[in-house]
Amino acid sequence: MTLGFFLICFPIIMSLIIFCIRVNKIRNFIAYLSTIIIMAAVGVFTFFWVKNGSQIMQLSIGEITEAVDKLILIAELILMVVVTILCFKYKKYWISLLSIVPTLLIAYFELFLKNEADTDIRLYIDHLSILMCLIVGVIGCLIVIYAVGYMHGYHHHHIDIEDRRYYFFMILFMFLGCMFGFVLSENLLWIDFFWEMTSVCSFLLIGYTKTEEAINNSFRALWKNLLGGCALAVAIVYFGIKAQTVSFHSLIIMGQRISDHSDMWVLMPIALIAFAAFTKAAQFPFSTWLIGAMVAPTPSSALLHSATMVKAGIYILFRLSPAMAGTRVGLMVSFIGGFTFFAASVIAIAQSDGKKVLAFSTISNLGLMVACAGVGRAETIWAGVFLMIFHAISKSLLFQDVGATENSIHSRDVEDMHGLLYRLPRLAIIMFIGIAGMFLAPFGMLISKWSALKASVDESNILLVFFICFGSATTSFYWTKWMGKIISHEHTDEEKVRDITKKNELISLIVHAILMITLCAFFPLLSKLYVDSLLMEMFGTYEDVLPISILYILVAIIIFVFAIPFFAYIASKKMKTNIKLSYMNGINVGNNNEFVNSFGDPKQVWMSNYYFHKKIGQRKLMMPIQVFTTAWIVVLLSMIISSAI
Amino acid sequence: MKAIICSLCYVIFAPLIGGLLDGLDRKISARMQGRVGPPLLQPFYDLNKLHNKQLIAVSKSQTFLMISYLLMMILTGALFYAGYDILMCFFVMSTASTFLYFAAIVTGSPYSTIGASRELIQMMAYEPAVLLACVGFYLCMGTFDVAKIINSVVSPIVYLPGFFIAFVFILTIKLRKSPFDISTSHHAHQELIKGLTTEFGAKNLALFQLTEWYEVTFLCGVVGLFIINSNPISIIGAIAVVFVVWFLEILIDNCSARVKFDLMLKISWIVTLLSAGVNLLILMINR
Amino acid sequence: MSMVKKSPWVLHYDGSSCNGCDIEVLACLTPVYDAERFGIINTGDPMQADILLLTGGINSQNQAVVKQLYDQMPRPKVVVAIGVCACTGGVFKECYNIIGGADTTVPVDIYVPGCAARPQAIIDGIVQAIDLFQKRSDEHELLMKNKGKKADLKTKENNNSSDKGNEA
Repeated sequence: MTLGFFLICFPIIMSLIIFCIRVNKIRNFIAYLSTIIIMAAVGVFTFFWVKNGSQIMQLSIGEITEAVDKLILIAELILMVVVTILCFKYKKYWISLLSIVPTLLIAYFELFLKNEADTDIRLYIDHLSILMCLIVGVIGCLIVIYAVGYMHGYHHHHIDIEDRRYYFFMILFMFLGCMFGFVLSENLLWIDFFWEMTSVCSFLLIGYTKTEEAINNSFRALWKNLLGGCALAVAIVYFGIKAQTVSFHSLIIMGQRISDHSDMWVLMPIALIAFAAFTKAAQFPFSTWLIGAMVAPTPSSALLHSATMVKAGIYILFRLSPAMAGTRVGLMVSFIGGFTFFAASVIAIAQSDGKKVLAFSTISNLGLMVACAGVGRAETIWAGVFLMIFHAISKSLLFQDVGATENSIHSRDVEDMHGLLYRLPRLAIIMFIGIAGMFLAPFGMLISKWSALKASVDESNILLVFFICFGSATTSFYWTKWMGKIISHEHTDEEKVRDITKKNELISLIVHAILMITLCAFFPLLSKLYVDSLLMEMFGTYEDVLPISILYILVAIIIFVFAIPFFAYIASKKMKTNIKLSYMNGINVGNNNEFVNSFGDPKQVWMSNYYFHKKIGQRKLMMPIQVFTTAWIVVLLSMIISSAI
Repeated sequence: MKAIICSLCYVIFAPLIGGLLDGLDRKISARMQGRVGPPLLQPFYDLNKLHNKQLIAVSKSQTFLMISYLLMMILTGALFYAGYDILMCFFVMSTASTFLYFAAIVTGSPYSTIGASRELIQMMAYEPAVLLACVGFYLCMGTFDVAKIINSVVSPIVYLPGFFIAFVFILTIKLRKSPFDISTSHHAHQELIKGLTTEFGAKNLALFQLTEWYEVTFLCGVVGLFIINSNPISIIGAIAVVFVVWFLEILIDNCSARVKFDLMLKISWIVTLLSAGVNLLILMINR
Repeated sequence: MSMVKKSPWVLHYDGSSCNGCDIEVLACLTPVYDAERFGIINTGDPMQADILLLTGGINSQNQAVVKQLYDQMPRPKVVVAIGVCACTGGVFKECYNIIGGADTTVPVDIYVPGCAARPQAIIDGIVQAIDLFQKRSDEHELLMKNKGKKADLKTKENNNSSDKGNEA
């Protein structure tokens, strides 16, 4: 199982190599090669793990443990220095404190307070971490392949931006390595290091273009994420001193075994880690950083800000969920998650920028996952895992597609995607599949909602029930109107667009679309084979989340929903349709695009969607939401901490 | 076996029931306005005529989308009458409605685009109440399965009066009745011509009508589900309640004017929150 | 043959009339006359209409509109000219902007004279239009059945419009 270490080290080494190569062609070749190697390694890794009976594996690295720990400590200190230098360079002095304080705390703890007799287990492999590895490996690598083509076109169009592709790909690979490290680590100190690394990677990518807006947004992302890092560091040190161990799983086990008042202190590190997860998963009140992060080039938005990095927060909450179930921490987490799900989807309605819609919908979906983790039942985790899988694929697909569309039509506004199906058919169909995956039956998101709703009723979590019911209404609103925009008849006939999507971009997009449909078709199988054993591992009891009757009906619906439009299409082809002009009171000018105005001249028809900017816009809602959620977190955290002390 | 027969019955008889209810609606409405009104079978005559006319459309894909809408709605009702999961039925129904939206917006025509956008707002207005009704059934019966819900000892409405009110309230939206007939109306002449259905002519409109009848029958079934229990006599009660609700909808339709969409959204969400929400709260506390 | 005559939906278009005929047309649809008894619905949408009611003469501005509305109606369809202006141009006939009656633009089947046409006459005209609608529908159906013969729909329709019924 040295492959696990290989997964962590290889991308990081490759990133350093890529940094040194300044010839585009060679660098692209190396990027392709390393993505293929990473994907193959993930595949082999999973294969051997399954072959060994899909057991939980705890790995140590033998004698060099001590040295590697020291190495990581040194790396963390270097990271601190880098962040501090950057903060001073851009005159954001106070942000450096958020990096210095936790790093020194961790360093002090590791050098002087650590229990030397602690276990030397460093890696932990189970169903959940394998799942995360697969998501990071497959989707991450596909995005890197896409990025090679995208960045070429990006610098072609944005001549004013300095071409630093070596730097861009270096960070992408660095990030992949850190992400593998994060999901495979068992030691909390390692987790902390990789956590900080992903935050900084995200920060550097957001600031890639070096415009003023990009730099401001990147620092906003940085301080919010570092704040989470502080909470994490405090949690680790507190737990390390109290329990004399820094093993993540002993924390979870202790959390599950809280019996009397004297054990209540365990809730504090759990709550602080959950707090850190909020920042990472961009929950309200921290979500503005994710919106700001959309200034980054699209591949980094796809990779970090929707498909993988934000999932780190979700991952850690899923891990903690057995310990959170039924506690105040669970209450805090499920409320924040549910509220974010609803509120973000309301704000998403008012957005017309495609990437912003995606950003808010990411926040909203992450909210649902967080809520699932907070409830902490097998059913909700089942739902959450599926949400995570489907969300990762369809969001990464959508981000890439919007990016490719932007390269072709020079706009990412949903309003400009009117009639995209007739202008850029390939991209439009893929976008359609991606959006359908987000909310329509029988795609996975919907069934996850079904399960989440059921579990929150079982848990008597009344607020969550409301959030899910109202949130799913608003969610389908903004998705459906986007879909309608794509297929709506085009405004003008003249404007022909050249599809300049590169082959490598298209490969990534098509693989995503195929993955999406395949997963949807084999979704019941996936549940039985994989996710059930994941739950078994986590909760120790087997609970049949998907009863057999539902399974059958699901299969039937899946078949029907794919078959119905197909056969309807065949049937309608045979019908002889007479095409007429659309109804505009009889004053069309010979086509559907123009009508005669009161001066007798032709006037263009321009149809737009509802957005309700003034009523539910970001400006109007953001502030009250942030105040409200901050208050909720502060109250609950102080309750937890006071009961802990 | 019983499930298959029930859903087959639905597939065959739902258009009949829906059409008759529609005819009755027009008759009663006419009487309320002091007119004689069309014959009871008028909706069937209309359907027949629409079917016999030349198929016209603005965009070729309209027909395909309308057929999908029809089949999805049939699937919804068939699942419901076969006694499967009610929440899943509503999920499939929302997918069906999405197809209707597509069929209207694909034309790019002004009236039908605005009608379609309003239809989306209607969907947003009624969805919470619908989902909450499912939650209500689950809370008092412990299952989403329709087959098990109808075998309860006491009628669910005893526990779920608030959910029932919310559901009947949004039924006005679902049935396209005034004051909430903002996307399209059964009545002639409105500010959006025929709204959503402006570009549906001949066969496409016939498909729309037919789907409405399937939908109405399905929704009546859901209303009946509130009443039905293991006692066979309750079926009569359920039918009676369905008729009362139906009559009430016609009455509301005839004595109210159309509201703006934002008012509709507000009212329906508030009613949902108040009646279904309070009911939910009480049920959860008493558990 | 299917009974389409039980469901004639009308579309009403007002050309350059003095509004007298329009008021009479709408009067037919009030509860007093209750046109819905015969399944008549006054729809605003040509896509869904079977009978086009035209009032007022055709002028150079609305000619294209009338033509387009007529084209947007699915076959089989019937056109009724109501009032003397729609029949011949009426008192406005000699005006500089008036082209003439409705038949200068679309093939008119039924003429209902009068200034303004009385509701009884209008209803009578519509009843005749309904019969014609049934007849055309039967022919349309036959045509659809005998698709092999490839009969031209358009010539058929033109032949039909020659047997114009005249209102007494």
